[in-house]
Amino acid sequence: MNFKRFFAVFRARNIEFFRDRSSLGWNLLFPILMLVGLSFVFSGDGKAVYKVGVVNIASVQSTFIETRYVEFIDYEDKSSATLKLEQHAIDFLVDFSDKSYWVNQGSPNSYLIEKIFIGQHTDFKRLETNGKKIRYVDWVLPGILGMNMMFSCLFGVGYVIVRYRKNSVLKRLKATPLSAFEFVSAQLVSRIFIVMFMSSVVYIGCNFFFDFYMLGSYFDLFMIAVLGAISLISLGLLVASRSKSEELIGGLLNLTSWPMMLLSGVWFSLEGAPNAVKVLADFLPLTHLVSGARKVITEGATLADISYHVMALLIMSAFSLALGSYLFSWNTDR
Amino acid sequence: MTQVQESPIEQKNYVIEVSNLVKSYKGVQAVDNVSFTIAKGHCFGLLGPNGAGKTTTIEIMEGIIKPTSGQVLYSGKAMSKDISQQIGIQFQSTALQDFLTVQETLNLFTAFYDHTLPHEQLIALCDLKDFLERDNRLLSGGQRQRLLLALALINDPEIIFLDEPTTGLDPQARRNFWQLIKNIKAQNKTVILTTHYMDEAEQLCDEVVIMDRGEIIESGTPNQLLAKHFQKVFIYLPKEQVPQALIEKNQWIIENGRVEISTKQVEETISLLIASQVPLDGLQVKSPNLDDLFLKLTGHSLRE
Repeated sequence: MNFKRFFAVFRARNIEFFRDRSSLGWNLLFPILMLVGLSFVFSGDGKAVYKVGVVNIASVQSTFIETRYVEFIDYEDKSSATLKLEQHAIDFLVDFSDKSYWVNQGSPNSYLIEKIFIGQHTDFKRLETNGKKIRYVDWVLPGILGMNMMFSCLFGVGYVIVRYRKNSVLKRLKATPLSAFEFVSAQLVSRIFIVMFMSSVVYIGCNFFFDFYMLGSYFDLFMIAVLGAISLISLGLLVASRSKSEELIGGLLNLTSWPMMLLSGVWFSLEGAPNAVKVLADFLPLTHLVSGARKVITEGATLADISYHVMALLIMSAFSLALGSYLFSWNTDR
Repeated sequence: MTQVQESPIEQKNYVIEVSNLVKSYKGVQAVDNVSFTIAKGHCFGLLGPNGAGKTTTIEIMEGIIKPTSGQVLYSGKAMSKDISQQIGIQFQSTALQDFLTVQETLNLFTAFYDHTLPHEQLIALCDLKDFLERDNRLLSGGQRQRLLLALALINDPEIIFLDEPTTGLDPQARRNFWQLIKNIKAQNKTVILTTHYMDEAEQLCDEVVIMDRGEIIESGTPNQLLAKHFQKVFIYLPKEQVPQALIEKNQWIIENGRVEISTKQVEETISLLIASQVPLDGLQVKSPNLDDLFLKLTGHSLRE
């Protein structure tokens, strides 16, 4: 590995990307438009059913838990239940054993449930949490950024390498002392830099307007994003390792990206999906990127808490990189 | 075929020896048992029409393509990986990275080599100074070829491969490019050139190999080849100046409104014309060139 050669390719690729104004603009504009659009579409709260947490529901004898149009969820542990209340996963929490209930100050649903509750029970102690409301835009944010990263990684690496190969840029580079490893790793690192830079700009920029929900650490979020980018770029390298046709690579990259668009939980949670779909989704890097990032953002998870996703991304990256460099072809040997 | 039995002393002067090279693609013999040697400081031309196997041969020599069989020796040794530090290559069609300027492209390629020429020298040699800050995408054909030549020379190589360097250039740009190559030759560098322009080979090459359909059909210096195959020169005169009887008697040919006289003895023929009182206005004498040779050898002209 010669770092002078590596850095020269890294730099040249970055210059190419940032000077290509149309592509640069699209990379910035697309996720912002998606976020703005979705925040308008989903600005109302679509949930029809209220969710109430009850500590140790089996021992409760009250007609309150028979209230219609309210879903009652059993919790054994009070502290995890209050966290759910803060995160708006439930609207109200009651513990009949010590006669207390919690409301979320920031939630209109919580207020309505409280009115129903105190109509039946007047001797309960009122407690409050101050959870900031999680909007759909907060939930969908990791999905949109992840999707944008996916397109940038797959097409930005896969398409560019095939174009280089087709028009003999690769062949010209092969005639120099540059090694395949130096070239490929420079492409990879350049794309990580570009993707993380662009995603950070979009996140920070949009945060001024949306004031995103964030329970975890920004470092953990950044790390899971970097790991996700590496695995997606490696996948792009693998897909582009041999092809010299731009039409073919376009098809292959679409074939790779669309299952992730639909199955990786970008738009909706896979909670209720059939098991087969969940198993399939588990093999897609974007699933682990989006789920991991979402847990950091909405649950305050640490990297240790999402170690399953971290491991999955690492294994997928290693697999794609190894196979991709084994299959890599510089030129189009006729 | 040229060579092959040279004395060991002479062999030392060959920078490249190609022996029994074969390359087949899916049953098609692109290169069929090709052998030749190249002496240091020579300009060596691989000539032939498109599809003759020139590019495949030169790319095997550059280490870009693996031959089906046969070998290439550099100064008597088998080709190794670090040959790329010592040779310079200009491919037939190369896209340069978009959005980089000429200066940035030079910087990029400079980083790849251990030893490089100073940029000022390259810029002067290839005349790049007027468009150094221009985006690669906006270069004209001639400017592009000059930049590609500069990239081929960037590591100050002893051996330079140029694959059809002037294809697609206008006549002025071609002449300028020839001058650049002559300047390089003057530095005692070995130049290997493929072309389907025979005038280019006559201008630049010390030695040529003519290929057709994957095989070498002739080799030698341009003058040797012409002397070997053409003992005659052509004399042309406007048809109406020459009496019909004289044409028929000497079995001269009429072509494109001109009488074509092929002769070994120019003086004798001219004397005959004067004695026959033929006006010599519009008389042309032409020596055969490599184009005529190619036509003679293959029965078909250079397919463009």
